[in-house]
Order: sequence, then C-alpha cells, then structure tokens
Amino acid sequence: MEERQSNPVLQVKDLSISFSMYDQGMAKHDLEVIHQLSLTVRRGEILAVAGSSGSGKSLLAHGILGILPKNAKMEGEMAFCGQKLEPSLLENLRGKEIAFIPQSVEYLDPLMKVGKQVIGRGKKSERIRRQEKMKQVFERYHLEPSAADLYPYQLSGGMARRVLIAGAVLDQPKLMIADEPTPGLQEELARETIQNFRELAEAGCGVLLITHDIDLAMELADRIAVFYGGTILEIAPVEDFSAEGANLRHPYSRAFLQALPQNEFCPIKGSQPYAGNLPKGCLFADRCPYRREGCQEEMEMRALRGGEVRCRYAE
Amino acid sequence: MKGFLRTFLRMITLLAAVSILSFLLLAKSPVDPLTAYVGASSTMSEEAKEEIAEYWGLNDPPLERFLTWAGNTLRGDFGTSIVYKQPVLTVIRERFQYSFVLMITAWICSGLLGFILGILAAVYQDSILDKTIKTICLIFQSAPTFWVGLLMLSIFAVNLGWFPIGLAAPMGKTAAEVTLGERVHHLILPAITLSILGIGKITLYTRQKLLEILNSEFILYARARGESTWQIVRRHGIKNIAIPAVTVQFASFSELFGGIALAESVFSYPGIGSAVTEAGLGGDVPLLLGIAIFSAVFVFAGNLTANILYGVIDPRIREGISHE
Repeated sequence: MEERQSNPVLQVKDLSISFSMYDQGMAKHDLEVIHQLSLTVRRGEILAVAGSSGSGKSLLAHGILGILPKNAKMEGEMAFCGQKLEPSLLENLRGKEIAFIPQSVEYLDPLMKVGKQVIGRGKKSERIRRQEKMKQVFERYHLEPSAADLYPYQLSGGMARRVLIAGAVLDQPKLMIADEPTPGLQEELARETIQNFRELAEAGCGVLLITHDIDLAMELADRIAVFYGGTILEIAPVEDFSAEGANLRHPYSRAFLQALPQNEFCPIKGSQPYAGNLPKGCLFADRCPYRREGCQEEMEMRALRGGEVRCRYAE
Repeated sequence: MKGFLRTFLRMITLLAAVSILSFLLLAKSPVDPLTAYVGASSTMSEEAKEEIAEYWGLNDPPLERFLTWAGNTLRGDFGTSIVYKQPVLTVIRERFQYSFVLMITAWICSGLLGFILGILAAVYQDSILDKTIKTICLIFQSAPTFWVGLLMLSIFAVNLGWFPIGLAAPMGKTAAEVTLGERVHHLILPAITLSILGIGKITLYTRQKLLEILNSEFILYARARGESTWQIVRRHGIKNIAIPAVTVQFASFSELFGGIALAESVFSYPGIGSAVTEAGLGGDVPLLLGIAIFSAVFVFAGNLTANILYGVIDPRIREGISHE
C-alpha cells in the first residue's frame, strides 16, 4: 500500500470541462459539465468512478484522453507518472501508455477487420511486430486467431469485449481507462472481465474504471470515487462501502448506499443537479439532511481518515 | 443467381415502362411525323400526304402503332431517323462515342475533385478553406448549365481565344486527319462545364457524410488509440463514406444525361445530347424513342454498378446478398 501511494500514475487536479452553447438569439454561454474534479490513480490499483448514467462520467474519460469534441473547453491540471500532461505529450501517450476500453462494439469501425483495428496504426515493421503480439494477447483472452479476420458485426458481445481489452493491453499501458465495461454482458462474462481487470492491476497498471454500477465497483475496485453533479464528492477505500456505509465521509455517499435495493432501499429526496443550474457551494446541500450555514460557500476536497471528501462538516 | 434474375427482370419492366410512356407522350404531343418528313411548307398535294400517312400507319389507333413499333424494336430495328436519314441505331452509336468521352471525363473529374474537396472541407470544418469550398459549391449548384457554358465560351473561347468555340474537331478536316490533341482541345470546355454541374453536389455530400462519420463513436476510439486526424481519414473515413459517395456518383448518371443535352447544344458538340435537341426540334419520333430507351439502359447500368460496388465495400451487404 505504501509503495502504491508513492506511485501515482495519473493525477487530476481541479479539472473542469465546459461546452460552448448557443442560446436563443445566438447568445453564447458556457455549460460546465465537470467542475473542479480531482482524483489520483495509483500504480497497481483500480479506482472506480461511480455515478448515475448521463451525469458526464464518460466526458471525464474523454477529457483525460484528450478526445473531447472541438466545442469543449478543458481547464485544470493533469500529470502522468509525475510529468505534466500537455496536449503534445498526451498525443504520444494515447494508445500506448494510456489505453482506453470503450463501452461497446459500436466503438469499432464497422468496415474494418478487428485484427487490423487491434493492431492499429504504425509503420509496416511496427505493425508486423504488433501482429505477433496480438496473437499472444488473443490467446490469453481465449480468442481464436481467426477472430482477427472477422468484422465487428460478426462478433458476439463477449468476443467484442475481449477484442477491445486485447486492443488496450497490446502495448502494456501504464494507465487503463475503462468506460462502462460490463453492461450487457452475462454474469459469467462480466465476471471474466472483472478478472481481466484484476490481472491488469496486478501487473502494475493503474486502472480508472468508470461505471454506474456500484455493485461492480464494490466488487472490483480498490477505491471508489463518488461522482455527483459533475464532480467527485468523496473518494474512499472500498472497505468503507460495506456495512451500509457507516464509515463513509460524505452524507451523499451514505444516502446513496442506503438507497440501494439490497440495503434500506430508502430514496433521497430531490434530484441530482445538472449542468446549467448548479447551486453555489456544496452541490448536495439542498438535499442534505445535515445542511448548515457554511454549505453555501465554495468547498475544497480535503483528506479525511484515509480518504478524501468535499464536505466541510464530515468527520 | 436469384439476385441476377431479379435485376434482369427489373430492367425489362423498366424498359417496357419507359417505352410505353415515351410513346404515349409523343403520340399526344403536337409532333407530327408527316410534317417533319415532308416539311411544313411542302407543295405536296393532300392526297399524296394521305397516302404516305396510310403507308406509315399513322391513321391506325395508337395501341396498334405502339405494338408495331415495339415489335420492330424487339427485332433490333429502331427505324430510320428523319433528321439524319440514317438508321436510329447508327446515329446513337456514332453520337454516343462523342458523348461518352465527354461524360466520362466530366464524371471522373467531378467525382474525384468533389470527393477530395469534400474531405478537405470536412477535416478543416469551419475554417476559411471550408467556407470557401462551400461557397463555391453553392454557386456551382445554383448556376444553370447552359449559362455556365455560355460564360465559358465567352471568356475562354471568344475573349482569350484559348479554346475553339464549338464542335468536336476543327472544321474542314476529314475524320482521318483529326489528331488526338485536337479532339482533347475541343473536349476541354464542354467537359469543364459538365463537371461544374456535378461537382457541387458531390463535394457538399461528401463533406456532410464525412462530418457524420468523424462524429461517430468508432472515430473517438481511433483517436483514443492515438491515430492522427489524417490517419483516421485514411483508415476509417474514406471507406465509410465510400458507399454514400458511390451512390451519389452513380446516381449522377441521370443528371449527366440531362446536362449533356444543354452543354452539347451550347458547344455544338456532336454528341447524343445535341442529337436529342435536334430530334425534338425536327419532330424525329424514331430517334427520340431510341434515345429514350438508350438513356434508360444507361442510367440503369449506373445504378446497377453502384449496387454491385456496395457489396465490394461493405461486408455486411455482401453477406446479406449471399444469404438471399
């Protein structure tokens, strides 16, 4: 654990992502979808970012990878293995040191054989070398060598998932970003995928897992970051999420856990604030049972009991 | 095999429909083959005219006339052109040679150039380059062919004198004397005029389709894998826009045929387009019908080629066909 902590693969500090939008009458304004988000992924650990669907989690992944659409604006600082992550550096790392596992087979070119896509770009000699490597990786993930000659529409769901993982691990990346890797998979395949991620982490890779599935996060991750309204309210070791979250720091994290069917199943009043009309200060304040005066003011992430929390009054 | 049979059947029904419709239109039109033949100011007696009409069967009911014509056509006899005093098939064959060179040149130029410009505009979306290309295409789109042709003529042939003002070869030379260079020289202006007709549409369409592709999820993944913009265009873009591009390009056969009538008239180019104009003006019913059928076959062939190419490009379509 000590060694892990001293080895951050990815550090994100105060990341904000906004989009330029046009209102009626052509007035331009910025819509901020991610604000002042901070997190750290360490070597050999799996950090899960858990939050509800449609809350902008995928944009976080795209932002880190530098593949946001043109009208998006990103602020904040990122570092990879201690090095400041500039766009030029990111361009070199993408697809090599930093790998991405997308959600579904939709992310494969429908008109290109999957083998060619797993191998990716590069000079001829480089591609031949990668082809050899692909054979090994395919074997490891129980893919027939002939699968390389299939088109994406010919793959089953499980095969597609394994092809996408094969493409990501081909270069032995230091950081793996996986966006919703399990939905639509059968129990058995989901388990297999989880196993694959564990192996990756054990091999020293830092894994950033983005998911709406808290059960998956609890089963797989070392730490869980609770994503709410475009930012992270709490990052805590996975152990704290058991026992109905008694050890959690943020009121939202506890309420969220209690809302799960297997726990109390008691809903939180109100709804999540979305980009465009965010409250000032704590984003959860208007739904929080412990709301106090100071909750309307700006809030910073702070360390607490081996985790981090964005709440003034958490103990 | 089943697919082939179906295509063949479709072509037969299409040709039948085109024949019936064109025959009907001509029968109802004010075009009078007799007047066209003897001339409006002929001194021929009414009796003599009546005799010719009787001999040609012009007094028979339309259905009977159609069946006679269709029967002859099926035997390969398209009749004799009144304007050119030659068998219709001979006229079409001769004229089409000229038109074909013109059309293919314009088709390839507008296709290639349109494709390249479309890709450039999409990759550099919203840049000055993109805006320039879009503006030029919209101007080309809205400019009538004959007007562009006249403009070309007055600038490049009359004022600058770079190109001949018409015909497919210099005047006063026999066919054997005309060199390839002279033919190309005569071809350039009409070919450019005809290209301008198609280029705007193909460019704007390619641009639109590539923008759609560039916004799709698999492009996001390709970027996450470290591919650069041009690598993405080369590896994923071109193949994925090939199907829409092929569709527009081959569907433009019909527009090309329409455009050629105007372009050839302006440049007095002796192709099938100017033959149509003359046949129409001269009331040349057999030639008009012959060309109508011929153009139907031509356009059908274009669409058929596009259908075959779909399967070559997209494995999903290829499999769909083999499962039938």
